[in-house]
Amino acid sequence: MRSPLFFLICLIVGGAVFAAAVALGNDYYFFAGYVVLQYVVLSTAWNILGGYCGYVNFGSAAFFALGAYSTVALHRLYPLPIPAMLIAGGVVSGVVGFGMGYLTLRLRGAFFAIATLALAVVLETLIVNWEYVGGSRGAYIVRPETIAPFGDYIKYLFLIMMLLAVAAITAARVIERSRLGYGFATIRDDELAAEASGVPTLRLKLIATTMSGALMGMAGAPFPYYIGYLQPSSAFGLDYAVNSIAMPLIGGTTSWVGPLIGAILLGSLQQLATVTISSAVNLLIVGLLLVGFVIVAPNGIIGLVHKYLQRKPDDFVGRRHVDAEAPDRVPGPAP
Amino acid sequence: MTELLKIDNLGKRFVGFVALENISLAVAAGERVGLIGPNGSGKSTLVNCICGTLRNDTGSVRFDGHLLDGSTAHQRTRHGLARTFQLTRPFVGMSVLENVEVACFAPRVRHEGHARARAHAMLERVGLADKATSLVDVLPYGDLRRLEIARALATRPKLLLLDEPFAGLGTSEIQPLADLIRELHRKEGLTILIIEHKLRELMQLAHEVIAMDFGEVVATGVPAEIVRHPRVVEAYIGKAEIGESGGALGAA
Repeated sequence: MRSPLFFLICLIVGGAVFAAAVALGNDYYFFAGYVVLQYVVLSTAWNILGGYCGYVNFGSAAFFALGAYSTVALHRLYPLPIPAMLIAGGVVSGVVGFGMGYLTLRLRGAFFAIATLALAVVLETLIVNWEYVGGSRGAYIVRPETIAPFGDYIKYLFLIMMLLAVAAITAARVIERSRLGYGFATIRDDELAAEASGVPTLRLKLIATTMSGALMGMAGAPFPYYIGYLQPSSAFGLDYAVNSIAMPLIGGTTSWVGPLIGAILLGSLQQLATVTISSAVNLLIVGLLLVGFVIVAPNGIIGLVHKYLQRKPDDFVGRRHVDAEAPDRVPGPAP
Repeated sequence: MTELLKIDNLGKRFVGFVALENISLAVAAGERVGLIGPNGSGKSTLVNCICGTLRNDTGSVRFDGHLLDGSTAHQRTRHGLARTFQLTRPFVGMSVLENVEVACFAPRVRHEGHARARAHAMLERVGLADKATSLVDVLPYGDLRRLEIARALATRPKLLLLDEPFAGLGTSEIQPLADLIRELHRKEGLTILIIEHKLRELMQLAHEVIAMDFGEVVATGVPAEIVRHPRVVEAYIGKAEIGESGGALGAA
């Protein structure tokens, strides 16, 4: 399927979901849906670096928070429309992503992950001590009650996040099928061999950290308008870091479908748990699911589906055949 | 003949341990050159310095008129210096064809037709065309070696550097692979540098052999000379009566 067509189909699906939420006539669906969509963007963004390139980023919350705080800072200067804030947040987080990549990408594996965690701590400390955006007290953003032609402001926010999610998924899919995606995959598999095959690994990693960071920042940019009161501890919350790793892992990291499935599934489950049980149970759910998936389906839901589809009938019979023969091979008394 | 690869006074040390010292050698265009030396003699370090995986501390590497010092491995690949790995390093998440296709994306070769078609041609050249769609983890070791060669060829190299191509292969696999290397040399006009432990196979393949020991080049010459060279004999079996052991090596 060509990418413009794919984009169009995503838009139609997104539009349909929006229409369905309007038809249900309950604003709660917009509030809950916004969070799920935000996680679709976050986990898709995480997957560009973590899934495609194999570099695990524990600092997703920092990029998300930077996007949110660039909105707070801009809002105090001059309240621009949200799409402009989105771009600003994307640029800020993208630049930080590039910087992080430049400083840390010679690190591999656990060392890279620790460095991203450190980055999050450093950035949170900076924000806490920056009075202009509220420091540790946090910042209030008063959003308009309504906006033409959408009516309630939350519908507008929902729609923006929907568009961003569609754009993120389309971008991820385009990357996957491009030379860039192949290059990312070689980095994930074997950087030495990638270099020997002429892949400029450092440049590709920088592209990945920049894109991933920018998308996370864009996901965070409308957040102050959504939440109304932004605190460092909520913007840099553990939820974002954990969820943006867990969702792609549960869905499957090799394709754009994985983060989408993971985010919708886990995000909805968390929203459900928040209203039915308590909001504190969310991370517990994530933790348990993650442990379960790592044991049962290390390649996520996509991996499970692939495995199921690839198991041809012959194979299945073949395996049973071997099983049936097994007792004969038990060493018995010599003839 | 012009020198394609020229190394001058190259040195490399790892925190006090001198891995390579004053290495000078040249590989002429169109030659098949062998590089031998016992374990720990610095062959792999030298290969890594040539290919840019490691940076040499002193001296210089010139290739095809370019000074390579300071350039990264992928830049060197793009100049036409391709390598295979001693322990094969395929991209395990991909099919055989995709493994080669990736190498077809390098800028110098990007415009030479469709990447997939070129990758197929490379697989045909090394005899893996019928396994194009298999995943690499089901491939036997000999095929992985061929895949490495196909991937290197896809970058359209001028010099192909084979790091122990016969290591771990059975005798039935070695001969066809040696034939392939000869054919690549003849038909593609490739210059080939082979690092190898298996002396017999190497001596049959190489026009010229460079012998290393303790991080230094100890001898250079045609295979017949090399197997009788006192320093080479000493490196492989210790000090002995030269006539005897030289004969033993030649017959090895």
